[in-house]
Amino acid sequence: MGIGIRIDNLRKVYDTPPPSAARGGGFSFTGQRAAGSKEKKKKFEVVAIDGISLTMGAGEVFGLLGPNGAGKSTTIGVLTTRIRPTSGRAFIGDYDVWQEQVKAKRLIGVVPQRPNLDFALTAREVLLFHGAYFGQSARERERRSGELLEKFHLSERADDMVRNFSGGMMQRISIARAMMHDPEVLFLDEPSAGLDPQTRLMLWEIVRGYNQQGKTIVLTTHYMDEADTLCDRVAIIDHGRIISQGTPTELKASIPGGYLLRLRFSQAPEALVAELRKLPGVTEVRSTGETGVDVYADRGGPLIAPIVNAAQALDAELHDVHIAEPSLETLFLHHTGRSLRD
Amino acid sequence: MNWKTFYALLARDGHVARRNLLAMLLQNLLQPLLLTFVFGRILTSSGMMQAGYKSVLLPGVMAISMVLSGVQAVAMPLITEFQFTREIEDRLLAPIEIGWLAVEKIAAGMVQALVAGLVVIPAAWLTMGSGVHLSFHPLEFAVVCLLVALFSSAGGLALGCSVGQTQIGLMFSLVLAPMMMFGCAYYPWSFLHNFPVLQYAVLVNPLVYASEGLRGTLTDAPHINTFVVIGALVAINALLLVVGLKKFHQKAVN
Repeated sequence: MGIGIRIDNLRKVYDTPPPSAARGGGFSFTGQRAAGSKEKKKKFEVVAIDGISLTMGAGEVFGLLGPNGAGKSTTIGVLTTRIRPTSGRAFIGDYDVWQEQVKAKRLIGVVPQRPNLDFALTAREVLLFHGAYFGQSARERERRSGELLEKFHLSERADDMVRNFSGGMMQRISIARAMMHDPEVLFLDEPSAGLDPQTRLMLWEIVRGYNQQGKTIVLTTHYMDEADTLCDRVAIIDHGRIISQGTPTELKASIPGGYLLRLRFSQAPEALVAELRKLPGVTEVRSTGETGVDVYADRGGPLIAPIVNAAQALDAELHDVHIAEPSLETLFLHHTGRSLRD
Repeated sequence: MNWKTFYALLARDGHVARRNLLAMLLQNLLQPLLLTFVFGRILTSSGMMQAGYKSVLLPGVMAISMVLSGVQAVAMPLITEFQFTREIEDRLLAPIEIGWLAVEKIAAGMVQALVAGLVVIPAAWLTMGSGVHLSFHPLEFAVVCLLVALFSSAGGLALGCSVGQTQIGLMFSLVLAPMMMFGCAYYPWSFLHNFPVLQYAVLVNPLVYASEGLRGTLTDAPHINTFVVIGALVAINALLLVVGLKKFHQKAVN
């Protein structure tokens, strides 16, 4: 029961500029380089995925977490047969997604980053035709589309053209469409981007409910709380590589100290960094430029007074403090030195 | 091959076409009607043109009508659906090899081209009044009609996958306009004998074979040998299919 996913050493290099907006999926401009500088014409090359290997268990909610352009959407694109991998392989269940596309497509439902609804149809027709593409009988299509429209609070607008829908409604009908043929694996690419908090909660409920039926869910997000509350396991991606993976709890536990104090001083000389290292509970101190220091520690607020004292002793003034509790955000920062929103 | 999915894709295009039926009919009928009225009625009844011109014009107008409607039926939706909204994505994710989606588009375009062509005959006949001399060869006519319909929708596929939304205007003025003027729709190919270079240059224009083929199977006006026409259309169609399918794959998968 349930379908798992395996990715073996997947690489995707774009050799032509992807039609940026046209792809629907994101791509990374990281690792851009001109290959063969001796060539007259510089060759365009963008490494979007740089050797990713992953296993997503059957019935799992798996999160791909990373900033924009990290390679999340390209990974989803490959897994959903929409992007041809440069090398490496990916499997949905037993099917190689590139070699056995039709079999793989039967197992998956996809919610794209931006709604790509068929604008020539009404909401109900979007679902009905989607069901028909997957060979559902007319009766089954009617029943299921009715249920989904109800579930997503779209019954009243069911017979309106989707091109007149608001962004949130388009997103809802996209999700309903992906679930229409009851796929074993549901891909959601940044599902809550642009949703209001209420709809976002509804989405989470629906994802959980779908997962409880034994379905595998793969979602990408750059929201920490989403990955934290929704996902059984998370892989953190940056620059097309996996930085870290595990359950949210495991990942958070792997951060030295747990708490992160981001400090900004009038000046932050080496001596100050050395002093901060000596403070009780501090596990790691990193200088982040002329005036900034990141302190990883097993406590947050109680450290402020000793920090201020240490700074004063060295004639530095503390200008700004931000205390982050143990979270995936701090983990991301720890590994990359950048915030997820950078 | 998954017939259920293929049929559902066709049903979707049929549904959308039915929804736009009135607009589509107007789009397909108005131009041929105006053309036949001006050239076939006003100019012939005033004596500027001989009455025999009506028989020359009817197949030409039919060819233009078929080609334009087939190209538009396939190319225009494709151009929109491959734009940033990626409306086509849902169908690309349907459980069928994506090449079949292109084949389905061609089939749907052929139906529209055939309808447009067949509607023109009675409509043009009514507008031009008496004086059209038909000399009908049903079998050859059916073969030529099918080949012209295939040419128009395969051409639509190739164009639709090569042209961006911003270049639609350019496509009409640079590709379709010269094609129509030098497509032997308004005059038989043999009438170009005073312009020998042009006469052979226009042979690269597929519309020449469409016009001449319909002229040969529908009327007794002078025309290129029908078997030559059929051979040329088969070759052109094969080329357009290969190019169109390749371009479609390039557009569909990154």
